[in-house]
Amino acid sequence: MQVTSVVRDPLVTGGKTVKDVSHDISRQVEGKPTRSWWIAMAISVVLFAYGFYCVCTVLWNGIGVWGLNKTVGWAWDITNFVWWVGIGHAGTLISAILLLFRQKWRMSINRAAEAMTIFAVICAATFPLIHMGRLWLGFYWALPLPNAFGSLWANFNSPLLWDVFAISTYFTVSLVFWYIGLIPDFATIRDRAVVQGNNIRAQIYNALSFGWQGGAKTWMRYESVALILAGLSTPLVLSVHTIVSMDFATSVIPGWHTTIFPPYFVAGAIFSGFAMVLTLLLVTRVVFKLEDYITIYHIELMNIIIIVTGSVVGIAYITELFISWYSGVEYEGYAFYNRVQGPFAWSYWSMMTCNVISPQLFWIKKIRTSIAATFVLSIIVNIGMWFERFVIIVTSLHRDYIPSSWTGFHPTMFDIGEYVFTFGLFFTAFLLFAKFFPVINMAEVKSIVRSDSEKPHHKEGLGA
Amino acid sequence: MEESNKKVYWKGLEQLTNSPEFVKHAHQEFAQPGPEEDLGHSRRDFLKMMGFGMSAVALAACEAPIRKAIPYVNKPVDVDPSVPNYYASTYINGGDYASVVVKVREGRPIKIDGNALSSATKGGVSAQVEASVLSLYDNDRLRGAKIDKKRVDWKDLDREVIAKLNAIAAQGGQIRIVSNTILSPSTKAVIEKFKAKFPTTQHIQYDQSSAYGILKANEESFGSAFIPTYDFSKAKTIVSVAADFIGSWIAPIEFTKGYALGREVNEEKTDMSRHYQFESILSITGANADYRTQIKPSEEGAVVAQLYNLIAAKAGRATVTGGVEKANLAKAADDLWATKGSSLVVAGSNDKAIQVLVNGINDMLGSYGTTIDPSLTVNYRQGDDQAMSAFVGELEAGKVEGVIFYNCNPVYDHPQGKKIGAALKNVTLSIATGYKEEETGDLVKYLAPDHHYLESWNDAEPKKNLFSLSQPTITPIFKTRSAQSSFLTWAGESETDYFEVVKANWSTWFGASAGVNLQTFWDKCLYDGVYEKPVEAKSVYFSGDVGAAANAISNNYKAAASGQKELVIYESGNIGNGSQANNPLLQELPDPITKAVWDHYVTVAPKEAEGIKFFESNTRKAKITVEGQEPVIVAILPQPGQAAGTIGLPLGYGRTKAGKVADGRGANAYPLIGLLNGSLSYGANVKFEIIEEEYQIAQTQTHNTAMGRAAVIQETILSKFKKDPSADSYQPKVTTWNGTEDKIDPETATLWKNHDYTNHHWGMSIDLNTCTGCAACVVACNVENNVALVGREEVINRREMHWLRIDRYYSSDAPVTDWKGLEEASDNPEVVFQPMLCQHCNNAPCETVCPVAATTHSTEGLNQMTYNRCIGTRYCANNCPYKVRRFNWFKYHDNKQFQDVNTAMNTDLGKMVLNPDVTVRSRGVMEKCSFCVQRIQAGKLTAKKEKRRVADGEVNVACAAACSTGAIVFGDLNDKDSKISKLLKVRPTFADRPTVNDKDADNPRAYQVIEEIGVRPNIWYLKKVRNKDAAKA
Repeated sequence: MQVTSVVRDPLVTGGKTVKDVSHDISRQVEGKPTRSWWIAMAISVVLFAYGFYCVCTVLWNGIGVWGLNKTVGWAWDITNFVWWVGIGHAGTLISAILLLFRQKWRMSINRAAEAMTIFAVICAATFPLIHMGRLWLGFYWALPLPNAFGSLWANFNSPLLWDVFAISTYFTVSLVFWYIGLIPDFATIRDRAVVQGNNIRAQIYNALSFGWQGGAKTWMRYESVALILAGLSTPLVLSVHTIVSMDFATSVIPGWHTTIFPPYFVAGAIFSGFAMVLTLLLVTRVVFKLEDYITIYHIELMNIIIIVTGSVVGIAYITELFISWYSGVEYEGYAFYNRVQGPFAWSYWSMMTCNVISPQLFWIKKIRTSIAATFVLSIIVNIGMWFERFVIIVTSLHRDYIPSSWTGFHPTMFDIGEYVFTFGLFFTAFLLFAKFFPVINMAEVKSIVRSDSEKPHHKEGLGA
Repeated sequence: MEESNKKVYWKGLEQLTNSPEFVKHAHQEFAQPGPEEDLGHSRRDFLKMMGFGMSAVALAACEAPIRKAIPYVNKPVDVDPSVPNYYASTYINGGDYASVVVKVREGRPIKIDGNALSSATKGGVSAQVEASVLSLYDNDRLRGAKIDKKRVDWKDLDREVIAKLNAIAAQGGQIRIVSNTILSPSTKAVIEKFKAKFPTTQHIQYDQSSAYGILKANEESFGSAFIPTYDFSKAKTIVSVAADFIGSWIAPIEFTKGYALGREVNEEKTDMSRHYQFESILSITGANADYRTQIKPSEEGAVVAQLYNLIAAKAGRATVTGGVEKANLAKAADDLWATKGSSLVVAGSNDKAIQVLVNGINDMLGSYGTTIDPSLTVNYRQGDDQAMSAFVGELEAGKVEGVIFYNCNPVYDHPQGKKIGAALKNVTLSIATGYKEEETGDLVKYLAPDHHYLESWNDAEPKKNLFSLSQPTITPIFKTRSAQSSFLTWAGESETDYFEVVKANWSTWFGASAGVNLQTFWDKCLYDGVYEKPVEAKSVYFSGDVGAAANAISNNYKAAASGQKELVIYESGNIGNGSQANNPLLQELPDPITKAVWDHYVTVAPKEAEGIKFFESNTRKAKITVEGQEPVIVAILPQPGQAAGTIGLPLGYGRTKAGKVADGRGANAYPLIGLLNGSLSYGANVKFEIIEEEYQIAQTQTHNTAMGRAAVIQETILSKFKKDPSADSYQPKVTTWNGTEDKIDPETATLWKNHDYTNHHWGMSIDLNTCTGCAACVVACNVENNVALVGREEVINRREMHWLRIDRYYSSDAPVTDWKGLEEASDNPEVVFQPMLCQHCNNAPCETVCPVAATTHSTEGLNQMTYNRCIGTRYCANNCPYKVRRFNWFKYHDNKQFQDVNTAMNTDLGKMVLNPDVTVRSRGVMEKCSFCVQRIQAGKLTAKKEKRRVADGEVNVACAAACSTGAIVFGDLNDKDSKISKLLKVRPTFADRPTVNDKDADNPRAYQVIEEIGVRPNIWYLKKVRNKDAAKA
């Protein structure tokens, strides 16, 4: 059954057997949480609590506690929103597009990447809600629900409404896709629990697995569903960030009103998503001792994607600059002059350094196969991508058409607090996921390890 | 057949059998009586009792204060709920005057407009006049009479005051009445009565911004101390040496109106006045000048002398000593001489010597009888600086037994205020009649508060034979009494009702000449607000000693020593002289030039503000020391246009007892005013040190230049305009796919089917030539539309809520390609004021992006906000190219955080000023200019009830109504006969356009701001035309 290639290195190293896979991955779920998990959880909860206080303050007193002003109506809020949505792209890309392209190396990382997607989208969604200041209105007025307001309904011309649809669709599909993938693994944990005699766990995971029995027919259906969902998700990967980019591209503000935005945003999203996946997996593989499943080979492949998307993003930046000059539009020209030279030039150059220059280091094999370098660069890329959104949003707004209205922007502790809130939320959710859910798709990974009957491979892979 | 199809249903066997028992109860709901009927109570009774019990418990548990709203038992005949009444009245604040119309809703004055019937102000108002309605509802007003700060009954106060007055009179002690300029003849008559009773009384008038020098100069030049009427509309050449006649000099409302008439240009009237300004600070007047020269205050006299000599050379008269070469001076003299007979020279100096020379110049130019009317004298400034100085001396020497401060505050706003304050405790009887306690009231024994002017009867004679009536527009809110009644009471008069006094005076004075019966005459005067009598023309002969004056100038003015700077003390465009400093509308009104709010500052030439980048208004403080005075420490504001070696310090700050709004802001500049040649001198040579203390000034505009953006600011010069009215117009074109040769108007390249305006199509035109930047419109808008005030901190956070702002741009020396250089203003910049408000775009970018359709387009061209639909995404504000949308970052009403800055929405008293036709917006809601939609609706309703269309001019927006110069015109673009259609030469439709009912303007000056982005605003601006020579190539 298992095809072992003599030219390709195995995707899972350490001579793992099917049984090893079940054991290695279920171990986290079954055992007591480790000390490091508790420490991480404590920090996350503290961040979450502090952030929650900031969120409550904003909702109680008003958006005025942020640093926004008459000219800069969005800053950290939408920057963070776009940043998180961008991060949320990698999961679906890995699980859907790579599934369709039959990239088997995705199998050991797709679960965590998808979880990351879901939590990132949740974090992202908090910003549009909180940034209204009165989110209780946004919950239902922004949706085209039947109402008693007569002809008053949602405005389908507004990109913000498109956002509502794009993100909620993306979230729903990602969630379903992720969950469907989890079902067989839940069943594995249930089965092990039965053997171990842990009744409570058996019942909980039985419920979570919807009573999965693992018959051939079930597997067949499972795979069809996975394919269908992958097919559904694929356009979504492109559409979500395209639509997010339209928040800007359809406006009249110089620096926003740009046709290059959809592809540029999608590339940036994949770029930042992969960086975030790397950051998380590099930690997870150490903490949960999954070095054999998430190998240097995986890391290298993801780094290659980072070079590609980072270069796409870099070309987009340069294209923008060129067009702003080539167009001869003085507002457009000034907007970019101001990015490069103005009061927020530091953020522009931070973005350029982090997003364009730093990923180029991955051309060097030594760097792209170095765990430490990858970890540092993955964080730098995400810092850079945050600055990209900040540059687009704040530097475009703060000096637009009418010079009398030009202002600066200074964040307050509440701007920062909201960002901290989403970090707390994200890591709390991710740690819970890592503890209670199998972080690697056991069922899929089993298809790429050799079967028990085979002899161990003579080569132990890259890590050995 | 039919029978068989009809089914019969029955309720029970009883119905089927139809027993008599059943028939009896058949009409009842229940066949058997229910238990409640047995008890003799109905279910309804039970519910009633239950409901009452519940609400009684609920009410008893409820601790919220009960706010009583008492309906009229008998409705007053002339008060209809929701229907405003308008009363003609008169704004008087010291010597400042405006004839006004007060809008009253349900007994509350809520808005002030100008009264066009007054020949002085002609419907013009200033920001201070507009804001004064909120001063009526000032929380720091006195609630009643006080002795030693304790509330007393008026009769107790009267008893003590009369006893003391009589005691002083019996000993022959001196009594003084101190006031600002009194415009009211009846008040003066009352004071005369008081003086008759107490003959040792002297009445002393002083002015915060004194014109005593002019009075003295005219006395010397023409034999009588008067201030003439200056008619700027007749002047073809205006030379002003440091006279801020648009902002603060003598009668700015009147002057602004006249000035604007002379500045108006169009294709028919292609002539406009040429205005030269020589000044140290950049005043609003200087900002409007065609040629502006920076001079030092010590050079004012020399500049006037030089001008005198230049003109004298042409007139063949003897020259005088002194004089200094200054840029544009010779050119100004040439122009003045060329337009002889329609030239006007004014000087702001309060020095008699300078004014004598100015009189000499005007005499040579033949201005008397043409641009200056010496027969139509004005009473705006009657202050006698020498008498006031003498009074301070007497007070300090203990020679004064009793002093009454009639509605004035010299302890704060007189240079010798401190001395007055210190001497007051030795005075037997000290009374203040101001409607607020203030610094002077704080130090007197008796407080006999007057009404606010909107609560009182009064009259005024601002100009010779122009009489103006004040009538109460509200019952006095507090237990105040008109000061005149107080005087009459203390004088023991039998008639103490000031209303009767005024009425009787008017009957006596004008009754005979009125030609109608007295009641009719009175009613007419009350209705009109003004009564005018013709003035006999009088010619004057100049006999001033110009030689002596020139010598005095040479001797009196010394340039600042090295290490010193020359200080100019001036009235800023918002706080003015500080008498209304406790009015948050004025505190948050950006000064027309500096755009600073809530803050005091010293203006310094940018090059001399060493070490201060002034990025985002971050600056340091300076210590200003006048010899013999306590140093003043204020923030430094680097001000383009400020003459090198000079600094400017606004008056009106440093209040200590004005109230919560004003107290503790900045420093008091009055003590720095000196005496020169017998009159107050608003300047001094001072030591100026930049100190380490950092400070951030609250400014509403932090970027000063227009960045050379022709699509924002368009201007040309008169000579070009005469040749081609569309000269220098920027008409953006877009290239089509046919190549760069084929360029079209941006608005024709549209995918949109435009809005169809079948009824009205409201639009606005703003003339950049006649807009002086005075900002009366801003306050009018605030008051009309209940615009929240946010305070200093929030302005620093760049969150002021103004729906209408005046953008002020300085020119830059850099070429349009040098973006970095363009950010810096010139040292002596040309200035443009551009009122900026919601442009009511036909293709509004805000409308498309709102996810909930909270901002939509009306069928009449308005871009409208539905506040209670708004969810606060702020996308509309981001996408607004004009940045006119304002977000409610906080709850600005009923919020302790804003209690002291937004008094109109946070206190019961303040809330009385709110316009009930306009919603007070809540937190999280976007707002912006609505084109005063409430006024449009009211106008349409009135017309509809009368079964007619709205006539042109019937509906006017608050800003246009407040615009003294008529720069803002509002009207219906669909009405081809409307003023705006004619002004803009609106083309309603033309066939080759893809859009119908879309307007374009053929006025060659008309342009729309950033037209190329195709948002198609409903507001046009009229290109600014400067009357200066073409730059030498």
